[in-house]
Amino acid sequence: MTADPDGGIFEMEVEIKNSDGLHMRPAMQFVDMASTFNCGIEVSNGQTCVDAKSIMQMSMLAATRGTRLKITARGDDAEDAVRALKELVEDKMFDET
Amino acid sequence: MEIKKGIAVSPGIAIAEALIVDSEDYRIPQRSIQPSERADEIHRVRKAFREASGELEHYDRLQRGIWGRKIRDIFAVHNRFLRDRSLRKQITDMIRLDMVTAEYAVSATFRKIARHFSQINDQYISERAADIYDIERRLLRRLLGGRKENIENLAREVAIVARELSPTQTAGFNKRFIKGIATDAGGRTSHTAIVARSLGIPAVVALEDLTESISGGDTVVIDGNRGIAIVNPDDEIIQQYEDYARDFVQFEHSLDAIRQKPAVTRDDAKITLLGNIEFPDEAEMVLEKGGDGIGLYRTEFLYLNRPDEPSEQDHYQAYAKTTSILNQRPVIIRTVDLGADKYTQSKRFAPEPNPFLGLRSIRFCLQNLTMFKRQLRAILRASVLGDVMVMFPLITNMQELKQAKMILRDVMEDLDEESIPYNKNIKVGIMVETPSAALTAYSLARDVDFFSLGTNDLIQYTLAVDRGNEQVSTLYSAADPAVLRLIRTVIQDAHKAQIDISVCGEMASEPEFIMLLLGMGIRTVSLTPPLIPEVKQIIRSVSIADCNKLARKVLTMNSERQISNYLRDCAIRVLPEAF
Repeated sequence: MTADPDGGIFEMEVEIKNSDGLHMRPAMQFVDMASTFNCGIEVSNGQTCVDAKSIMQMSMLAATRGTRLKITARGDDAEDAVRALKELVEDKMFDET
Repeated sequence: MEIKKGIAVSPGIAIAEALIVDSEDYRIPQRSIQPSERADEIHRVRKAFREASGELEHYDRLQRGIWGRKIRDIFAVHNRFLRDRSLRKQITDMIRLDMVTAEYAVSATFRKIARHFSQINDQYISERAADIYDIERRLLRRLLGGRKENIENLAREVAIVARELSPTQTAGFNKRFIKGIATDAGGRTSHTAIVARSLGIPAVVALEDLTESISGGDTVVIDGNRGIAIVNPDDEIIQQYEDYARDFVQFEHSLDAIRQKPAVTRDDAKITLLGNIEFPDEAEMVLEKGGDGIGLYRTEFLYLNRPDEPSEQDHYQAYAKTTSILNQRPVIIRTVDLGADKYTQSKRFAPEPNPFLGLRSIRFCLQNLTMFKRQLRAILRASVLGDVMVMFPLITNMQELKQAKMILRDVMEDLDEESIPYNKNIKVGIMVETPSAALTAYSLARDVDFFSLGTNDLIQYTLAVDRGNEQVSTLYSAADPAVLRLIRTVIQDAHKAQIDISVCGEMASEPEFIMLLLGMGIRTVSLTPPLIPEVKQIIRSVSIADCNKLARKVLTMNSERQISNYLRDCAIRVLPEAF
């Protein structure tokens, strides 16, 4: 994880843990959570970089189980946002197995 | 431009605007707009999104207690899509830059997304493409104002593109406007193939993912000779195809000249050429193309594309019209052969797990006597108007045949009581299309006036292959030694019992098989009208002596590949232009 002390940028890597991957419903939860924050949030799988607040873009990531994603947030609540999303993906696993 | 390869099932070339037909018949009215109309179209898109989203929220409230969690989640995701700004922006950008209608932009964008999903190597995720199509449909419904653009209201020439087409959908096709058909699914003898050939329009099936690569309004080339579909062809390709189409039409015209000539072989054996039809109007085409009568009148279409069952009068009118067009030439009417389709499945309490082997066709009729008798009455009444014969499909054993004949006798007695005239000596025949019927043909032959070999189903049942399944459709082949052996048995049994025998399956229209059928003893074939001239040409170019030699040789071969290559080579020598 990296934090930029000047510009409010916060970044973390997460791994998709639930067995069905980032299909529609988890993508929706991800987008809903991201949308509660003010900062701009991007997600990258190494090849594409998408807007975390767009369900269309997030579901295009189609990240299967085991995929590692990088979440980058820019703004005041950047750190809160990234931590909350990491918790959703890795700890809560979108309330799935 | 995209080039897709499929299976050619009906000859000819079409270059037309694509009309995408899905199971809900949504049609993209047009593609291009004027620059000044862009603001309007963008407004329509935003409104459609808003309304569609509102619709989903409404359902959610309404069904709150009723829908399970899974369904609510699905619609919740759909709603997120409808509120996604970047998605809307992609669509409005397309309108602004490409100057296309709202419907086109929505459709093209969604299809691109759906295609992206279906290419992912994860089954669960790739199945989400269906959700994308669902959202697309919801939006199109909003944009088209709930108007279901009907295929029956066409005013422009189009090429129909669909995942697959059901009999109901094709029943309304008008060849004046429909210039060609292309489907993702289907095989050589699928319903689409049959209808396209009857209408005389080009068709390509088993294209697998054409519907994902095309939007309503796109130009498409359908090459029904080589089995290719080209989406948004460039100018050079269009020019090439226009030239090719012209040459092909000339070839067809040269075949038309043969119409008046008799169907006799070089050594003077007369072959009877009949036509397969589904609607009375097609009877005219049979005569136009030089046919001697109707060898197979498929009556299922009287039941499709309507909310209720046809009445006896509906049946009678169709049969009377056909018979009068044929004017004393033979008309073989096949009793209804429905099954494994929407019509009969909807009449069940529980859907059949295996409809193809289930209560269909004659079995269905024998358990729905009111419906069956209604049709038989109409056929009998029409039998005074011409040379009408009745044929039962899918007979698998003697018992079924006897039952069917008994019902026919019952109906005759009813008509006698009511003093309604009919032909008391009407000829009764059966389709031989199951292995059991083929293997007991010697016994069935004693109880009927004629056989008609339904090679399509016979091949399917014998080789255990679904003709509509594009994953195995290459296994389906009339050149399989097992199939040929059965066919030979049936022909021999028919000759021994001295009854007429004809072939009415697709095999009868394929150039490679004509010589073989003649060589095995067939003297009557029934096929789709547009192909009658070509088959007549082949008949006039061969001698029975050669055909017999060919058949003897083929019957010593034991590999489908060997047989089909040999037959193809022989046919090319006889009629090179057909290939």
